[in-house]
Amino acid sequence: MRVADFAPSDVKAYHKGPLLGKVAIDRLMPMHLWVGPTGHVIRVGPTLRKLRPGQALVGQRLTELLEFRRPRGVQVMADLIARDGASIQVLFRAAPRSSMKGIIVALPQQQGVLINLSIGISVAETVSKFGLVSKDFAPSDPTVEMLYLIEAQSAILKESKKLNTRLQGAKIAAEEQAYTDTLTGLKNRRALDHIMGRLIGRAPNDKFGLMHVDLDFFKSVNDTHGHAAGDHVLQEAARIFIEETRSDDIVARSGGDEFVLILMDCVDEKMLNKIAGRIIDRLQRPIMFDGLDCRVSASIGITLSNNYNELTADQVCSDADAALYQSKHKGRSCYTLFTPDGDKHLQKGN
Amino acid sequence: MHGLVNRSIQRFVQNTYGEQTWADICHDAELGFANFESMLSYDSSQTEAVLNVTCKKLQRGRIGLLEDIGTFLISDPASDALRRLLRFGGENFEEFLLSLDDLHDRAQLALPDLDLPSLELREHSAKSFELQYKWQEPGFGTLVLGILRAMADDYGALVLLDHSHGQDDVGDHDRISISLLDAEFAQDRGFELGGAH
Repeated sequence: MRVADFAPSDVKAYHKGPLLGKVAIDRLMPMHLWVGPTGHVIRVGPTLRKLRPGQALVGQRLTELLEFRRPRGVQVMADLIARDGASIQVLFRAAPRSSMKGIIVALPQQQGVLINLSIGISVAETVSKFGLVSKDFAPSDPTVEMLYLIEAQSAILKESKKLNTRLQGAKIAAEEQAYTDTLTGLKNRRALDHIMGRLIGRAPNDKFGLMHVDLDFFKSVNDTHGHAAGDHVLQEAARIFIEETRSDDIVARSGGDEFVLILMDCVDEKMLNKIAGRIIDRLQRPIMFDGLDCRVSASIGITLSNNYNELTADQVCSDADAALYQSKHKGRSCYTLFTPDGDKHLQKGN
Repeated sequence: MHGLVNRSIQRFVQNTYGEQTWADICHDAELGFANFESMLSYDSSQTEAVLNVTCKKLQRGRIGLLEDIGTFLISDPASDALRRLLRFGGENFEEFLLSLDDLHDRAQLALPDLDLPSLELREHSAKSFELQYKWQEPGFGTLVLGILRAMADDYGALVLLDHSHGQDDVGDHDRISISLLDAEFAQDRGFELGGAH
């Protein structure tokens, strides 16, 4: 239908625009304020009334009821009328000072202004505080949908957080079961026990030389230069062990500054002594960290798998340990080869 | 199948039949784990395996079991989230029914990888409706039936529900006829818009 199709009396109505009754305005804009030409509130939408329970809003001066954040400087009615069509941001002057946004339109024939407000970002809190229900919002207003989404999202977030916590727990559990020492990348104690078990099972077919290496003066590096320096020294030591052994040998960090090297198919005493000597040699060179000069050395105990008629992991380890103790006892920075006949045959090198 | 569905089955079994029963079901279904994560997705064959083993172990038919799970999801006092989200649909049971048309899209707005059945409500009269249910995952129609039953109860409405199963190339094509006998038959369990805060 075009304007020309209206009856003449309707054309006049068309140009005037629709006349809305108070109830219609309540339904369309449940948070409206009608402010008369004197600047006093004439009518308040039903939802807005709920935000000021037990308070008479009609008759109050608008600027005493609301503080204008935007636009600033609204004091008299003329300021409001001049803002026809402007978006506004207001707060109640009295607590609770819910922040609201809205629009202001000037009414014809000195009827004042109509302000339509909405709760804005604090919607969840406001709805909860004043017990608003979905009927308090016009069906065209997406506030209820917004609340739905907020609630759905927070439920999902809660589930996701639970999942993250469980995954974190699983990660820690996996690390506990891991075979790798995370600092040095070497095999760890668990891996070493596992490998030892396998080697013992295959003896005497598999022959090997085993070195127990303990870093000397490591604690003083840690104490003097800090843990970061200590960690760097451990990593450098690991690199040296890897470089001085072959790819199918086993290098494990068995404890703080203790390492175990298993040299496969190597029961040649001379060869083992040579390797041990080289390792000590290299470890004694200063290791630089962040401009700091870190100095360590190593004591080594060595044993051979063909020392034993009956090979057990405990025996091998405790003999290597005894030889290492001898090295420490003899002034560190040296290696000792364990021999089954006892201490008097322990050979000292370096 | 989305983890939320799998997790629901798990919660129902654990709650109603105990932890041990659930552990046995996971074992027999050869899942290789004992916990569904609600925020992950699972192959539908795993859901089917769990449902089959559960039916066998509890000596229950799939139709009745799924309906009970649907009811549990709404009425379990320990978990109010789904009930509340559905109550956003309307002030009374009739409005809630009308909101079901949007449920699929609403759910995807919140969780894009959540694929739910598409639902369409036909109003025969003010008291008589038919809900058309379509889903490519076969055999879950009575889960929705259970949810509807529990929601009617939640609103305090007395309803008569009748489920009939249908199938085509795409998947299930079920119908649930709904007679609203008394909208205010019992006490409404209540819903506050801002109740989650």
